[in-house]
Amino acid sequence: MIWSPKYETMPRKDLERLQLERLKAQVARLNEKVPFYRQAFLDKGITPASIRSLADVARLPFTAKHDFRDNYPFGLLAVPHDEVVRIHASSGTTGKPVVAPYTSGDIEMWTEVMARTLTSAGMSKMDIMQNAYGYGLFTGGLGFHYGGERVGAAVIPTSTGNTKRQLMLIQDLGTTVITCTPNYALIIAETALEIGLDLKSTRLRLGVLGAEPWSERMRAEIEAKLPIKAIDIYGLTEIVGPGVSVECPHQCGMHIFEDHFLAEIVDPRTGEQLPYGEKGELVLTTLTKEALPVIRFRTKDITSLDPSPCKCGRTLVRMSKVTGRTDDMLIVRGINVFPSQIESVLLEVEGVEPHYQIIVDREHHLDELEIWVEVSEAVFSDEMRKLESLEKRVRKELESVLGISPRIKLVEPKSLARTEGKAKRVIDRREL
Amino acid sequence: MKARQVSVFVENQPGRLVAMLEALQTRNIDIRALSVADNADFGIVRMILSDTRLGADVLREAGFTVKETTVLQKDMPDRPGGLLETVARPLSEAGINLEYFYAFLDPAPGKATIVIKVADPERAERVLGP
Ligand SMILES: [Zn+2]
Repeated sequence: MIWSPKYETMPRKDLERLQLERLKAQVARLNEKVPFYRQAFLDKGITPASIRSLADVARLPFTAKHDFRDNYPFGLLAVPHDEVVRIHASSGTTGKPVVAPYTSGDIEMWTEVMARTLTSAGMSKMDIMQNAYGYGLFTGGLGFHYGGERVGAAVIPTSTGNTKRQLMLIQDLGTTVITCTPNYALIIAETALEIGLDLKSTRLRLGVLGAEPWSERMRAEIEAKLPIKAIDIYGLTEIVGPGVSVECPHQCGMHIFEDHFLAEIVDPRTGEQLPYGEKGELVLTTLTKEALPVIRFRTKDITSLDPSPCKCGRTLVRMSKVTGRTDDMLIVRGINVFPSQIESVLLEVEGVEPHYQIIVDREHHLDELEIWVEVSEAVFSDEMRKLESLEKRVRKELESVLGISPRIKLVEPKSLARTEGKAKRVIDRREL
Repeated sequence: MKARQVSVFVENQPGRLVAMLEALQTRNIDIRALSVADNADFGIVRMILSDTRLGADVLREAGFTVKETTVLQKDMPDRPGGLLETVARPLSEAGINLEYFYAFLDPAPGKATIVIKVADPERAERVLGP
């Protein structure tokens, strides 16, 4: 099913014409209303009239996360304050959070892209959607909530946490769709096992998961432990929240809603635009946002774009699963390490649970990579040499992928911190 | 004779052994025999318990990773050469390799018991006799 065939299946020529028209208007408005952008355009020698083709987007300045911090809280606002009807904020890993104001037009657009998202995932008005994304400043909860209601599903606003109650509601209310982070989906599966609930006996059939990077292996894990098809979604506070892109039932990349968000891939080091198919940093420009339009936001997410036609009929470009973040990237002994690489390896070594923690330390001026891996009952052996060979297998696999040999430490199940939001996979103890 | 053994994965961390023993104590489970194999990060605690089933469940409830395995339990005389003649030599002559073993004295004087883990307990039992 396609929520908005007019835009989601628009011939690419028409789509590009629409994008250009909207980009021009956006640049003109920012030039007039936001001093930060006026200055940035001036520095680059850009006037609104100089945007003549979509290729000109490459001439526009980038917006970085720190620009939000530097202009905290309302320096990037492009409308009068009385037009703001909602304010969200991201967690902000360092210092002040990113503040995201919305006009009623923005809420309408967001609701629309979330309705598309949930429809693409396979949800309809017949569904009962349990929304276990956090409600509050975080965009996940309300973004999904509005989208779910727009589709016409019955939305249960459980928010995240209180997993046993979530399970009770799944059973009692006949929940068919769960929306939460992939990690929380695993917590739900574990808790069901603990209380002896067979999730297959419930009506649960679909999960719309995101807000943190996860691998294909983790998807397999989730789909094995929960009776759901696990659909990946993508979004970020700086752009709109969830609703930027979503997989269709073919699960072959996430279609970006390009009539609202212009996507590019750039080389994270040089900022040079890269062609379709090449891996690099995703850069997004909002085309219709009113309160907080953003030009060329550096997402720091590593992905690639594929504009080839999709079996679902959508003409929208597809982004591959995010394989890492430019700022999540660890440099250990001069080697780039993405936590997602480590996750993939661990999940490939049979039986090892996907719960792990990466610890980077510096001993005698030398970086040490240590990985704590939870031992499941399935791999535990009463023979020491079998556990030691498991450690060795994980170490060798990681060594062949990363090029450095990490120390592996087996730890008791559930001893690593479980979070209901984003999992903190890396503890970097180095003092640089 | 065959016996059921409970093995527990225990991280080398203060309090983990205490937590394990407390779990057994609260349900009045007696440890008949015990051995620990360990490395720098973790240990494997192997035990013969007065109630294997309940013991394993109690430990799982307490959050431990637990495995039940079949081992051989063999009585032997507590005298010089007892282990050698009753167990070690017969197994060696039959070409049976020991994964691990541990022994303890019986309350009855002059008697000891050995717990043996081998790949093929059936065959080892035939070699050692009841
Ligand atoms: Zn598709």
